[in-house]
Amino acid sequence: MAGTAFQKIYTKLNQITKATCSVTATGIGYEELATVSGRLAQVVKIIGDTVTLQIFSGTENIGTDAEVIFFGRPPTLKVGEQLSGRFFNAYGDPIDGGPAIEGKEVEIGGPSVNPVRRMEPSEFIATGIAGIDLNNPLVTGQKIPFFADPDQPYNQVMATVALRAQSDKIILGGMGLSNDDYLFYKSTFENAGVIDKIISFVNTTDDPPVERLLVPDMALAAAEYFALEKNEKVLVLLTDLTLYCDALSIVSNRMDQIPSKDSMPGSLYSDLAKIYEKAVQFPDGGSITIIAVTTISGGDITHAIPDNTGYITEGQLFLRKDTDIGKVIIDPARSLSRLKTKVMGIKTRADHPKVMETSVRLNADALKAKTKMENGFDLTDYEERAMKFSHDYANQILAIDVNIGPEEMLDVTWGLFQKYFTREEVAIKEEFMKLYWKKA
Amino acid sequence: MTKGIVKGIIANLVFVEVDGPVAQNEICYINLEGTKLMAEVIKVMGNVAYTQVFESTRGLKPGAPVEFTKHMLQVKLGPGMLSKNYDGLQDDLNKMEGMFLTRGEYTDPLDETALWDFTPLVKVGDEVGAGDWLGEVPENWLKHKIMLPFVMEDKYKITWIADAGKYRIIDTIAKVENSEGQSQDITMVQYWPVKLAVHCYKHKPRPFKMMETGMRCIDTLNPIAEGGTGFTPGPFGAGKTVLQHLISQHAEADLIIVAACGERANEVVELFVDFPKLEDPRTGRKLIERTIIICNTSNMPVAAREASVYTAMSIAEYYRSMGLRILLLADSTSRWAQALREMSNRMEELPGPDAYPMDLPAIISNFYSRAGYVNLNNDVPGSITFLGAVSPPGGNLKEPVTEATKKVARCFYSLSQERADSKRYPAVDPIDSYSKYLDYEEVQDYLNKHIHPHWVQDVLLTKNYLLRGKEASDQINILGDDGVPLEYHDRMWKSEVIDRIILMQDGFDKIDKATPMKRQAYMLEMVLSVCKTGFGFESYEDVQPFYSRMINTLKQMNYTEFLSEGFKEYESQLNSIVEERKVK
Ligand SMILES: Nc1ncnc2c1ncn2[C@@H]1O[C@H](COP(=O)(O)OP(=O)(O)O)[C@@H](O)[C@H]1O
Ligand SMILES: [Mg+2]
Repeated sequence: MAGTAFQKIYTKLNQITKATCSVTATGIGYEELATVSGRLAQVVKIIGDTVTLQIFSGTENIGTDAEVIFFGRPPTLKVGEQLSGRFFNAYGDPIDGGPAIEGKEVEIGGPSVNPVRRMEPSEFIATGIAGIDLNNPLVTGQKIPFFADPDQPYNQVMATVALRAQSDKIILGGMGLSNDDYLFYKSTFENAGVIDKIISFVNTTDDPPVERLLVPDMALAAAEYFALEKNEKVLVLLTDLTLYCDALSIVSNRMDQIPSKDSMPGSLYSDLAKIYEKAVQFPDGGSITIIAVTTISGGDITHAIPDNTGYITEGQLFLRKDTDIGKVIIDPARSLSRLKTKVMGIKTRADHPKVMETSVRLNADALKAKTKMENGFDLTDYEERAMKFSHDYANQILAIDVNIGPEEMLDVTWGLFQKYFTREEVAIKEEFMKLYWKKA
Repeated sequence: MTKGIVKGIIANLVFVEVDGPVAQNEICYINLEGTKLMAEVIKVMGNVAYTQVFESTRGLKPGAPVEFTKHMLQVKLGPGMLSKNYDGLQDDLNKMEGMFLTRGEYTDPLDETALWDFTPLVKVGDEVGAGDWLGEVPENWLKHKIMLPFVMEDKYKITWIADAGKYRIIDTIAKVENSEGQSQDITMVQYWPVKLAVHCYKHKPRPFKMMETGMRCIDTLNPIAEGGTGFTPGPFGAGKTVLQHLISQHAEADLIIVAACGERANEVVELFVDFPKLEDPRTGRKLIERTIIICNTSNMPVAAREASVYTAMSIAEYYRSMGLRILLLADSTSRWAQALREMSNRMEELPGPDAYPMDLPAIISNFYSRAGYVNLNNDVPGSITFLGAVSPPGGNLKEPVTEATKKVARCFYSLSQERADSKRYPAVDPIDSYSKYLDYEEVQDYLNKHIHPHWVQDVLLTKNYLLRGKEASDQINILGDDGVPLEYHDRMWKSEVIDRIILMQDGFDKIDKATPMKRQAYMLEMVLSVCKTGFGFESYEDVQPFYSRMINTLKQMNYTEFLSEGFKEYESQLNSIVEERKVK
């Protein structure tokens, strides 16, 4: 993001805080970029001729005589085919030793798609992970996060999903990614031989946190280019948006804004919606699908970050360690793909919705029975059967290491129904019972 | 006209130094290098107007010129709004060019060139007041009334009225004169400031009719009145939007206005795609023909989100004044409240609870009071029924928006996380939810007269079964299956029958997704007769299998066409199951 000609240069700061500084300047536009002593900054407030800049990498050692150079434009990214296979930092500068990108310069964080121009998402994304495909199938153009405690293998699951999903481009937006995880993604993509369809914008834990704020917009500007101009199916992976939100709260706090719940800025909902709503199915076949990670603490989804996220995204995939089977599962009760009805039973077998519903209901009965047992009560015969069902269901369907096709997962589930329950307990519409309930 | 100059910018809050008078809520246009950005005055300090801009302010510089308009944010009303898709400021989204929303692009909500077939309803010499019908034009299926503009509060005399014929909305169709002899031309277009309520009616009686929604958990258990208000708070994923969509398809209203306020774009796309295809079962017309969609999704400008609910309400009031039954749905009013909060924080106002503005309860109450059943000046009735979704953080109902709404909305449909988690949809909690209309004597009389003579009594009985079932289940959970009398199991399962058959409703099944009132009454009677029957069991282990079979049979009935062969067959199956254990 180097500067260009016609730059305005100032050398006297009026005020410096931990994240911002202000300077007396005229003719400056809102959200314009600048450098302060060579560090990238953006205009966040203008009052008269006092311009306040947010310095992405922090203000340590910035002097009152720092040189401020305004760019005369908001943040941009150069887009083109050459982005493929490349790794960039939060500013869109290469970090892989490769050459700078030549291409069309587009503003990041640009305008929203006119809702009447959107198409309805309708293409099933098969992941092979039955806990997703059976209970919460994903659809192109969808936006959905994994909710996971920090100790869950969310990056592995996300990489698996990314590799199995049939997409033309995978764009990784890493925020506060540990260097190990960054290298994990890199080697996973390399080993799978798909590196040329990957583009990464990465802010690691070594980089200043406020820089992260640029990552989603960078990733999505690139995604928009491929989805709209090349009609490609683009999958955007954003990890970890909780760290993004933490950066938001740092900035708003340093700008003396009144925090709302959990010290998050009052605009958190709008800030996150701007990112997630970039997911879209375009009329000419291109699409942007966003799969994100929101780390949570102790499974608490009422914290402002997962809570606001849940209100914005089209569902959430909840990762949880199942102590009965000793594996991580996609929790069926707390996970939801809101777009599942667009493909379930339409792009997949007709009995899919009923099988899903029934398996979730029976599994919930098992959970109730488990609580009852833990409280020291005897179980009924039905409850004991439900518990056995639940055990097999977790192992054969919900565990994240399951990799089976969409038909097979339905057959496996019917098999479990029949093994543990009566027709009346299963109570699926007659037309499907006739087809799939095998005579003994 | 007053002019101004931009002096400061913080996100969409822009400070404008003005050279003349400005009014609170006045609209102005900020000129950003040729692009005009619409903004609203929200505070004035000396010669500085604080304005909220309805667009992104990226690139805006101090010194940009501003022009004030002398009017508040207003809607443009006239024939041609049916089936339209508007944004929160009433721009016609379909008229906008390109894939993306371009800032500063404002489109005409109406069509000034189309011709409408006008029939006069008044003659020269008639005396008229605001909202009185001067003539009508056919708009789709409805007789769209051309009214004396709501802002003309005086009494007027008709001095000229156009002959029947084809006119554009901008043509003069009448001339009127006030008591002082000043003459005014009337066209088919009028403007109304959205933040003010329209009061052109004679009375606003208490609602007394029920409005069918097709949802059993509402109609049977907690009916909403025509002209009534209700709200559905619930955590994300509990089913607020699905419920609103189902109601928008099946409710017994002439016109549905859907305000998609600060939520997902894909959910609105669903309406764009489905409504032109789906049929209104009552009229056989396509749903889109009775629908207006106001769409200001979460990624669209925040200030326009705040405006969107007012735009929707003003359009509803306009059509109500034609003697129509309007259903207004807003998803979600919490996003509107949050938009207010974002602005209030930016202006560094002293915050109230959870950083919302102090006057939030007043704003919400004011808005809900615009709904209602009215008798117009010509005694024709009209109504606006309002249902708002509320999105409480963390699903915790002790928060300002839910609490303020609870004080004004008369129906409370609480969506519970627990029910949603166990896929008991619609997840409306049968114990916590209520309809205050069920206590209105006039509503009770209406229900007993129109459904059957002891309906209200049956509904209360149903609620009682549910409550007793819950108590029994709590006891079983504490004391264990064999720690309670056998009868507790029977009680719990009776309420389970009501829950699974009456309350749970499959929103994605083509038959079950909407239940006409007649069928609801039939099913309730059947379920109550099961509940009233004494059954004999040897041990608690016999209870669940027996009831599961009954529930399964009743469920099949819900999926089968009403009173069809198959339906009757399941009914006789049920009767024989009942006989097995019936205590003679
Ligand atoms: N009546 C219903 N029938 C079946 N499924 C439902 C029903 N209501 C909600 N759901 C399920 O719950 C999901 C979330 O519902 P939604 O209305 O979008 O929740 P909210 O608006 O409260 O966040 C839906 O995508 C659907 O899978
Ligand atoms: Mg919703």
